[in-house]
Amino acid sequence: MSRILIIAEHDGATLNISTSKCVTCAQAIGGDIDILVMGQGIDAVAAEAAALDSVSRVLAVNAEHLAAPLAVNLAAEVVGLSADYTHLVGPSTTFGRDLMPRVAALCGVNQISDIMEVSSAESFKRPVYAGNAIVQAEPANGTKVVATVRTASWKAAGSGGSASIEQRGASGSAAAHTRYVGLSSEGGERPDLQSAPKVVSGGRALASEENFELIYKLADKLGAGVGASRAAVDAGYCPNDMQVGQTGKIISPDLYIAFGISGAIQHVTGIKDAGTIVAVNKDPEAPIFEIADIGLVGDLFNVIPEIESQLG
Amino acid sequence: MKILVGIKRVVDYNVRIRVLPDGSGVDTDGVKMSVNPFDEIALEEALRIKEAGNAEEVIVISVGGDECQQQLRTGLAMGADRAIQVQTSEPLQPLSVARAFLKIVEREDPGLVILGKQAIDDDNSQTAQMLAALWDRPQATFASKLELNGSSASVTREVDAGLETIEVDLPAVISVDLRMNEPRFVKLPDIMKAKRKPLEVISLDDLDVTVDGQLGISQFTPPPQREKGIMVDDASQLLQELKNRGLL
Ligand SMILES: Cc1cc2nc3c(=O)[nH]c(=O)nc-3n(C[C@H](O)[C@H](O)[C@H](O)COP(=O)(O)OP(=O)(O)OC[C@H]3O[C@@H](n4cnc5c(N)ncnc54)[C@H](O)[C@@H]3O)c2cc1C
Repeated sequence: MSRILIIAEHDGATLNISTSKCVTCAQAIGGDIDILVMGQGIDAVAAEAAALDSVSRVLAVNAEHLAAPLAVNLAAEVVGLSADYTHLVGPSTTFGRDLMPRVAALCGVNQISDIMEVSSAESFKRPVYAGNAIVQAEPANGTKVVATVRTASWKAAGSGGSASIEQRGASGSAAAHTRYVGLSSEGGERPDLQSAPKVVSGGRALASEENFELIYKLADKLGAGVGASRAAVDAGYCPNDMQVGQTGKIISPDLYIAFGISGAIQHVTGIKDAGTIVAVNKDPEAPIFEIADIGLVGDLFNVIPEIESQLG
Repeated sequence: MKILVGIKRVVDYNVRIRVLPDGSGVDTDGVKMSVNPFDEIALEEALRIKEAGNAEEVIVISVGGDECQQQLRTGLAMGADRAIQVQTSEPLQPLSVARAFLKIVEREDPGLVILGKQAIDDDNSQTAQMLAALWDRPQATFASKLELNGSSASVTREVDAGLETIEVDLPAVISVDLRMNEPRFVKLPDIMKAKRKPLEVISLDDLDVTVDGQLGISQFTPPPQREKGIMVDDASQLLQELKNRGLL
């Protein structure tokens, strides 16, 4: 039977929803599910993890040098526990993508990145070429599975569970060669892009940081998160953490509304799992209309004010 | 200080991928191949460090068949001093590539290894982290800014929550994100000059790299298509449609 260890992502205060999506993926793999929470002052996070459905145990490793999410320090702890597990699983967020390959290399295996579907405990579907092809990936015979979970492919697990919480001492110590300095976040009060049920997104067509306010205003009216194309981010209209796509965030909101985004494959791969895609673009030939559920040919500078006035 | 930069030959990012009918892979017949865009950014960063007087030599390295010499030549034309091809006909996965890089690292003793954060074919995003692990050195992934301060570097990383800054001692492995810089264009005279720059070929066997634990990768299929949508004429129709679908 599989024994699965999920590496929890959190910000010190709350558990990231990506962890709960890893749990759903682990349920599909089947077997015993443990969650590893590493950090400092993590009792609340551990309690949240323990409430997730079908989790057996939460291992809490509380240490000062684990307070910042430095892959080098976290990987040492994961590897220290790895002997007991057949599967080591993390989210395909920047946290997991930074950490899990380091773990995989120390375990001497290749990583299975971005699991989108579980065929069996040792066979998984994952996207390649910006989601333009799907492959079946299987670990080499008898080797450990180290994997990241493509969070957009999985629903969050329920939280009616009551796993035990075991405190563990850190097995490693701080790596002297890597030091955490800080995080600057422009996030603010808006719903988190990766979990928001609605997302309003703007592209190059917005043409300035001032104009991008139109997107924020409409998003706030709809209670939506805000996304952007790479072109909009590169041009400085909005911060980098809003980029949606192959090299940004892969999201799966119920509703995605794209204004002035052409629909390059690198962008589209980030929204393929959205429930309903709406595109507003003044070019009727824009590729985004090929994947949009509802398309509107028009100038966003007219359409956005019209939508707002009709929303009242 | 030397800087080592990884170069991967990939299907150009503008190409529309076609999955082969037998599911064995994607069609690369007559398809334009290029340097992985992230690797160009990695190389550009290395060249800027050298041009600022903080490195003496930039070495580009690729693991693959002889066709990847084309991409190494592009790297030399951009300004790298020399190139190394680790020759193998087998498509290697990140762990084996990281092991091969480590052998070259041990030989060349670079102060920095700069790699792309992912290759746009396999989208694995693993090699830099794996090399750092095997080498037991710092990793700074998804970097958008790199500042050298003597024997250490301050790196700004693009993470989901915003911009994170870490400090790493050299030698270190950096993986670069899109906004690090804009790679230069290669000019014709540089292509001519690149032909005379050294390109060393070492076989994977000579490096004594163990290739094991490769994942089984099979059954390439096209992704499920979304159903064809509808067009609406104006904002009020759009809102009506969203209401009908229970989305507003
Ligand atoms: C390695 C690599 C990785 C990449 N990763 C990503 C990624 O993760 N995410 C991403 O988004 N991109 C990514 N890209 C970039 C991608 O290829 C496109 O360049 C980018 O998505 C284009 O952004 P855009 O649609 O905003 O701009 P454009 O392609 O310039 O499109 C602007 C659109 O706005 C429309 N328009 C203009 N004015 C108006 C108006 N007034 N009203 C309505 N519509 C208007 C135009 O008709 C056009 O369709 C990547 C590229 C590479 C090479």
